[in-house]
Parts: sequence; structure tokens; C-alpha cells
Amino acid sequence: MWDYTDKVKELYTNPKNVGKIDDADVVAEVGSIVCGDALKLYLKIDDNDIITDAKFETFGCGSAIASSSALTEMIVGKNVKEVEKITNQDIVKYLGGLPEEKMHCSVMGHEALEKALKQLKGEKVEDHVDEEGEIICHCFGVTDDLIRRVIRENNLKTVEDITNYTKAGGACGSCIPKLEDILEEEAAKPASDKKKEETKKPLTNIRRMQLVEETITNVIRPILQEDRGDIELVDIDGKNVYVALRGSCSNCMVSNVTLKNLVEAKLREYVENDIVVHEIK
Amino acid sequence: MERVVYLDNNATTMVAPEVVDAMLPYLSGKYGNPSSIHSFGGDVGADIAQAREKIARFVGADHDYEIVITGSGTESDNLAILGSIAYYKDKRHIITSRVEHPAVISLCKKLERDGYRITYVPVDAKGNLDLAYLKESVDDDTAIVSIMYANNETGVIFPVEEIGEFLKEKGIPFHVDAVQAAGKIPIDVNKINCRLLTISGHKFHAPKGIGALYVRRGTRLRPVLYGGHQEKGRRPGTENVAGIIGMAKAAELAMEHLANIDEMKRLRDKLEEGLLSAFKNASLNGDKEKRVPNTSNIGFEFIEGEAILLYLDAKGIAASSGSACSSGSLEPSHVLRAMGVPFTSAHGSIRFSLSRYTTEEEIDYTLKTMPEIVNRLLTISPYWDNEKQEGKPINL
Repeated sequence: MWDYTDKVKELYTNPKNVGKIDDADVVAEVGSIVCGDALKLYLKIDDNDIITDAKFETFGCGSAIASSSALTEMIVGKNVKEVEKITNQDIVKYLGGLPEEKMHCSVMGHEALEKALKQLKGEKVEDHVDEEGEIICHCFGVTDDLIRRVIRENNLKTVEDITNYTKAGGACGSCIPKLEDILEEEAAKPASDKKKEETKKPLTNIRRMQLVEETITNVIRPILQEDRGDIELVDIDGKNVYVALRGSCSNCMVSNVTLKNLVEAKLREYVENDIVVHEIK
Repeated sequence: MERVVYLDNNATTMVAPEVVDAMLPYLSGKYGNPSSIHSFGGDVGADIAQAREKIARFVGADHDYEIVITGSGTESDNLAILGSIAYYKDKRHIITSRVEHPAVISLCKKLERDGYRITYVPVDAKGNLDLAYLKESVDDDTAIVSIMYANNETGVIFPVEEIGEFLKEKGIPFHVDAVQAAGKIPIDVNKINCRLLTISGHKFHAPKGIGALYVRRGTRLRPVLYGGHQEKGRRPGTENVAGIIGMAKAAELAMEHLANIDEMKRLRDKLEEGLLSAFKNASLNGDKEKRVPNTSNIGFEFIEGEAILLYLDAKGIAASSGSACSSGSLEPSHVLRAMGVPFTSAHGSIRFSLSRYTTEEEIDYTLKTMPEIVNRLLTISPYWDNEKQEGKPINL
């Protein structure tokens, strides 16, 4: 049995905004019945670019229905500009977390939104292709572009991660070598940024420690505290930072995601781009 | 907890109250080691001997020493295949089917990586085994043939007697995975002409963690585990005494119950016919006739299996699905794919499996509950036209 959060259970039991909008301004469909999940998103948008109504039809499991419901709830009443910034992680956050194997449900929600917004701008979107780019996983029709974007947004490190988030590689497995190549390429990418950093003077140990402490206190803690979570700095050893997640973070299912996407990302942004964060339980 | 309508008996079954009663003494006072010389242990050894006879009768074995007790169906399957090929080292070909349980399929995949040649015999659209294909695949290099008696997902029964007769003439060892047949149809190893046959206790109201492998007298089998003299060295390790006693009691009860098996079939058919007539988007997966009497696998088009299960669960009904999402893998079940069930209904397949404890009232409740769930999910589905009340054409 999946370990679904109460929010996920609530939303697949009583999904909001089910149905279609007959005079929708834009309709976007992603996924397919072959893949095992599909989502059709209907949006109504007023002259001020405010999304006044959003409805969905979903073929899929409990978490696919919950992700679709969450997406529509998140965007109604918002400006298109604002909605453009929504990522699959925001959907996951809204749901209080998703099992790793079900992350692709949140990605599907985000894909539908992205496709709808593209169509709205009049950009051409080809049918049955999630994004432009070469199809890497033929079983599930997952493209190169989608895989790369999901790797970057979710800081994915392994082929298993990619499969959990996009399904790519989950069937016949013949694209796994290609997925490994993409992972390597994406890992090598920040190299251009690194060069800029290298020209800077390397940090002394004391300065690095000061910066880590400042960033945790001034940047990271306030974000976590918004969600009734907290963080404690346990130790710093060179570029390895040891922290403990407290409050609601400590038993959060996506604490690992929080650690990588928030804590490590912020420390890399504010201190050094090769800081590694470890969690002490 | 509220009462559960348990229709997932191919996954596991309730331990029969009589089985619990039979086991209890061995979990308290009668804790002796059956191998001991003193009568405190020796008495337990005598009880095990009796239990072994009952298990032998359950599968139609001529001798009690043909029963090797193991820890699970998976262990029995592994012992049968690994134990046989270890003996016939020069033979490098194994025949099995595309729809076996993972206990056999995963092992064969591993052996394939080790250099064995594996033939996976296909099935037709109704899940029936291609017997001619199997016969043609046999050659001088074939070390063992391992075929299930009844499929766990569809309940379809395979022609093991015909296979057994054919292989007996060829002198090739035949292993039958009878885990899903035990307790549902009579088992007779002499009619099947198999050398090896696997059963698992928890599928017929014994507890989990106990299984058996029938090994025909004279069969060459090397152990997988090494240790003491238990099970004549074929499966060493101190006996799971309570488990053995429990499985023997369960076997005895199952044989008694086989006389009333038509009642189970009647309830299964009532459920199946009720669901198939209520939904025009539902179809049966598997051969309607050649099936064990407790299993019904129904594909619901345009909706997804895990969602159905979650909605059923909320109504206190436990079933299972061959959908991709419910298993954690990303593809629908290998059994439904081997049968060529279209994706449109494979993702929405639900398996209902009854036991002798299933009541008419539970079947009626399920029949009453399903329409609400299916219609709800159809309303959400993008492939369903709510005005016309029919599926939309799908471009794959």
C-alpha cells in the first residue's frame, strides 16, 4: 500500500474541479491511456490574464487524480504570469509529499499547465509530444528536453530518480544507457558557472563557516519555518555541512527533497557551489 | 476496525480458526525439538510425521517422505528448479511460461544471465498455454520444465496432465507450481505425472511462512541450503513445527471443503456476471471455463485500477489490480500483457478472489458498491463521454 498523505487521500476521494469547461480559452492534454495516465486541463482566462476557472479530467491512479485536483486549486484566481512559475515541486508541496514512485504524477500536472500556457501564447505545441526534443524513452514517449528539465528542477542523481519522476526507463529499459549519458551531461553543465567562481578567491575555512551559518539563519530557516519546520546546524567539515531537520520537516516524506532542493541549493547559491549537505537523523 | 469484505484471497487468506487451535500447543507447551532423543522433543517429531502424511494426502503423494517442508512457495519453486539443474549440470535449457509467478520468472531471468537458454511458452488471448509450442521446445538439452497449475491473476488452469504425460515419456523432470490451485481444485501428483510440485500454506488458510515441495520418489534433487539432517538433508534447518502442524490442518480442511467448491463458484459467477452485465465497458480477462472457481479478473475500460482499488478500500472492500500503478512498476501485469489485453483495459483490471469464507451478502454488497465507484471514475476520465455515456475514440 502506498504511503499517501492525508491531503492526497482527501483529494483523490473528493477531487475539486472535475469536469470540463465548454467555452474554455485553452485545453491541454498530456499523457496517454497507453502510459497508464493522462490529464486534460481546461482553463478560462479573463482580459486581465487572471485564470478565473480551471477544470480537469484524469485517467490515472489516486495520486494522479490528487495532483490534477491540486494543480487546478493552485492556479484559480491567479495571474498567468504568476502561474508560469509553478513547478512540479510546488504541486508535491501542496500535496504534503508524494511517494517517490509517484512523482511522475506531479510532473504530469506541471506538463499540462506548461502546455496550456504555451498554447495560450500561441506557441505551436505538437500533439502526443510532451515537449520538443528527441524522444528518449519510446515506451512512454518521454523526450530529452523533459528529462533534462526534470533533472535540473529536482536535482536528480540516478536513473531510478528519472524513472520515478518521468517514467522514462521504467518499461523495457533500453533507454537506460541514454539516461545515464544525460545525467552525466547535466552533472557537467554547471561547469561554466564554476569557472566564474574559480576566478574568485577561495574561501577560508572560517569565512565558509560564517557564511554557512548566516545563510542557514537568514535564508533557509525562515523558509522552513513557514511550513512549521526548522533546521539545526550540527557540524561543518570542509565543504560538508551536517544538519538536522526539525519540526514538521523531521517526519516529512520529502525531507530528502527539501534537503537537496532547498538547503543545499541555497548554500550553493550563497556560499560555494560545491557544498554537500548531509542530514543527521 | 470495520469489517472488511476480503476478495483478495489469491494474495493471501485468513488463517482458519481450526488451524490456529491446532497450532497453539506448539507455540506454548510443546516446544521440544523434533530431532531430540528425549520424548519431550520426540513426541513433537511424531506429530510432525502425522502432519506430513496429511500434506502428502493433500497432493495425492504415495509416500510421506516425498514431502519436503519449506518456508514458502517461492522457496519451493527455487529448490525445485535450482535443485534439479544442479543435478543435470550438462543440460542448459529450461522451459517455463510467460505468465509464471515472479518466484519462477525472476529465477529464470537470473539463470538466463548465467548462460542458460530459457524458453518462455506463450499464452493465447484467453490466457491458455500454447501446449504445441511447449512440446516443440523440448530437446535433448532440456533440464527441467516448470509450469504453473493455475495462474494467480486470471485463475486459468494449465493442461499439466497432458504436459506431464508428454514429459514422462521423454524422461524430463516436470515441476508444477500449484500454489494457486491448492485448495481450489483437487491435486493428484500421479495424475499429473510431475516429479516436483509446489504448494504454499497461506494460500489455503494456513499461516504465512510455510510451504512444501513434493519430490517424487527417485527424483534427483540437490539441496540449496546445507546444514542438518532435517527433511532428509534436502531442506535442513530446525522445523517450523507450528507452521507444519497448521499447514497439515489447513490441508485437511481444504480437502473437506473441495466437496462444497460449487458454492464458491456460484458466488464468483454471481459477482462476475453481475459486474459484466452492469458495465458495458467491462470484460473478462482469462478463459471463462478453464479456471479455478474462486478467481475473476475483470478489465474496466477508460479507468485506472489503482484508483478503483482505493475507492473500493474506502468502502471496506479488498481486491487487487494488474494495473501498473498499483504494483510500483510502470507497466501493467506481465500476465495481461502476455495475453495481449489492450492497454485500454489492462490498466483498469481488477482481480476479485474469493475464499470459502466469502458470503453471498458480501458479494451483494460488492455488486451494489461497484457502480458508484466505476461511474465516479468514468466521470473524471478524459476518455469517457459523459453526455453520450460511452467511451471516446482513442488515437494510440
